[in-house]
Amino acid sequence: MKILVAVKRVIDYNVQIRVKEDNSGIVTDNVKMSTNPPDDNAIEEAVKIKESGKATEVVAVSVGEEKAQETVRKALAVGADRGILVKADGVIEPLAVSKILQKIVDKEKPDLVFMGKQAIDDDCNQTGQMLAALLSWPQATFASKIEVKEKSLEVTREVDEGLETIEVQMPSIVTCDLRLNEPRYASLPNIMKAKKKPIEQINASDLGIDTKPRIEQIKVEEPPKRKAGIKVASVEELVQKLKNEAKVI
Amino acid sequence: MSRETMEYDVVIVGGGPSGLSTAIKLKQLDANLSVCVLEKASEIGAHILSGNVFETRALDELIPNWKELNSPIKTKVSKEKFLFLGKTRSISWPTWLLPSVQQNHKNYIISLANLCRWLAEQAETLGVEIFPGFPASEILYNEDSSVKGVATQDMGVDKEGNKKDSFEPGIELHGKVTVFAEGCRGHLGKELIQKYDLSKGKDPQQYGIGFKEIWEVEDKNHQEGLVMHTAGWPLDNSTYGGSFIYHAENKQVFLGYVIGLDYKNPHLSPFDEFQRFKTHPAIKKIIEGGKRISYGARALIEGGFQSLPKMFMPGALLVGCDAGTLNMPKIKGSHTAMKSGIIAAETIIENLKEKKDLSVFEEKFKKSWLYEELFRARNVKPSFSWGLILGIIFTGIDQILFRGRLPFTLKHNHADHETLKPANEMPKIDYPKPDNIITFDKTTSVYLTGTNHADNQPVHLKLKDPKLPINYTLEKFDEPAQRYCPAGVYEVQKENDINKFVINSQNCIHCKTCDIKEPSQNITWVTPEGGGGPKYGNM
Repeated sequence: MKILVAVKRVIDYNVQIRVKEDNSGIVTDNVKMSTNPPDDNAIEEAVKIKESGKATEVVAVSVGEEKAQETVRKALAVGADRGILVKADGVIEPLAVSKILQKIVDKEKPDLVFMGKQAIDDDCNQTGQMLAALLSWPQATFASKIEVKEKSLEVTREVDEGLETIEVQMPSIVTCDLRLNEPRYASLPNIMKAKKKPIEQINASDLGIDTKPRIEQIKVEEPPKRKAGIKVASVEELVQKLKNEAKVI
Repeated sequence: MSRETMEYDVVIVGGGPSGLSTAIKLKQLDANLSVCVLEKASEIGAHILSGNVFETRALDELIPNWKELNSPIKTKVSKEKFLFLGKTRSISWPTWLLPSVQQNHKNYIISLANLCRWLAEQAETLGVEIFPGFPASEILYNEDSSVKGVATQDMGVDKEGNKKDSFEPGIELHGKVTVFAEGCRGHLGKELIQKYDLSKGKDPQQYGIGFKEIWEVEDKNHQEGLVMHTAGWPLDNSTYGGSFIYHAENKQVFLGYVIGLDYKNPHLSPFDEFQRFKTHPAIKKIIEGGKRISYGARALIEGGFQSLPKMFMPGALLVGCDAGTLNMPKIKGSHTAMKSGIIAAETIIENLKEKKDLSVFEEKFKKSWLYEELFRARNVKPSFSWGLILGIIFTGIDQILFRGRLPFTLKHNHADHETLKPANEMPKIDYPKPDNIITFDKTTSVYLTGTNHADNQPVHLKLKDPKLPINYTLEKFDEPAQRYCPAGVYEVQKENDINKFVINSQNCIHCKTCDIKEPSQNITWVTPEGGGGPKYGNM
């Protein structure tokens, strides 16, 4: 069994995001980049399944600029066997990413595709679902537990009402929740070994995929600052203020 | 417990200017050497904080064609100012009356963090292996007590010291030579200085705490290339310190403050002095209408020549500010750190090839411009122990008339942890509340540093005596850790009328001030789990 894991390079979750002065986007120069956190869970789960003997190969794939290679390399350092980098510059929307992943799936023929439930930069939460639609494969989103059976997966999903357990036939798409596992650290010797593992580089344009954004971004703004709270003396005053100032009742 | 081992010709601890310069020079001299650099930050540059007005002298020697290699050294100093601040007024001091070491017209305003990122790229191109996120936590010794190498920190250990599921043991890195380049008050460097008695016959080391904020200012207030320094207000005559205001590219102003850690009043809060400084009319008008985008703080070396320990020992070298090569009157340590790295590399090559002892470092150092520079600068900082005014008069005579060649050397008499007076003998200082426009509190400031430490890990600020802060330091010095820490790590909280000393180690921005200033030397800074600490951008 082969597992393909999609990983995205995003601004590190500890970094304070800054909006560019001209409101054209956010500042990314000299900003620490990392693997999208739930993608780490996806890699970890795939590697665990391989370690349990149920999978034979884990392939990590990323779509993005040249430097996204570091993200693929990180996946290799924690146990993926080889990597693929599909090079594309600028903003790549989920639809374009899923079309690219569809091409990679056609080529690699994995039994499972894992990825994070969403990326922490655009929070789209669409790529897994779109890929499932393009491939006509079953999908299990927000997975917090995965059990591999003969030809199917039993997946526990984090849903609004609590937990939902479903069974999906393979091949299938699974998007992973942060609760799925605790990702391991890359050890120094494994980082060294990862430097020797192969990463195949493909240009998105060579796959015949048009990655032009379909959404026009007009401007990016910081969320309004929260005003300091006030103390009210009585219930009457509170109702007054909620009615007349906050206009919520 | 047995750990995996990796063998290198040279192991370098710390990816700052000195460590990276050592690595680059080594590979230039012998491309076949295996060289690795360990860095505790999550990436190179993320723990680097500096002014910085950069003198290119060492870089010119290391990478002569740096201008062609898209280096981040772009903004040439175009204008200089020096102000003495009174409470509301300021007097401009003519720059021709400044000692030549304080003139910057050939220098550049840079982000040292970005320079380090670029140096790391150059090093990697030459085949240096760089491992960010791996703090060296332990020194390994051979049986003959020479340095064998270092071990990296275990990862995935919980607060009680138990292994978590994600536990990953540290690795031993053995080097024919190990170079320690941790920066000011490196915790392994400190151990080496003690073990090999490297400071024998030297004055106690002197430190300062430096703050830096980056502001995006309005167009009309920005003069790219302008370098400005101030002395005076808000500090009193007996406290050593001053500010820097550097107008960098992209409408950014690097604003900072340095205070000598030999201050005497335990009520003094370096952070609040810095915040208050910004309210001076001469400063406020620059940043008013702008936006603060970064904050950080780091201890720095001020001891210079008299306090510089021996930099070689069996199997290892100490470079940059891990030893203390900063030139205080120049307020610059990057070029000297880099030069010490270059000398270290040349020494190592002779050691490996010609079997020369590492003590040749000393000869090479003494013949270098680095030694000459530090020697001539040596009397400036100690003269300020007589106060700002006498310090300035003496410095004028020493630096302008005699160019640092006076036939005597002033001493540093006390270590910084010895200088505090009891709290009840010193005046309390009433700091104004932050307005959240020009001045801020510590919490909001630390938020900008992107600081994080993995949850539930052992506290990396160790107390030798856990009871001392409340039983002694609180009563005698009003526990100054609450104030000297620039990140609000230390708090005294009252619970049911009982005082409790709280260490919020997850806020630690790795400045090392507590390790230096704690009056009983009760706090020891050790490395937290790899990748923790601040995530500075272009600091």
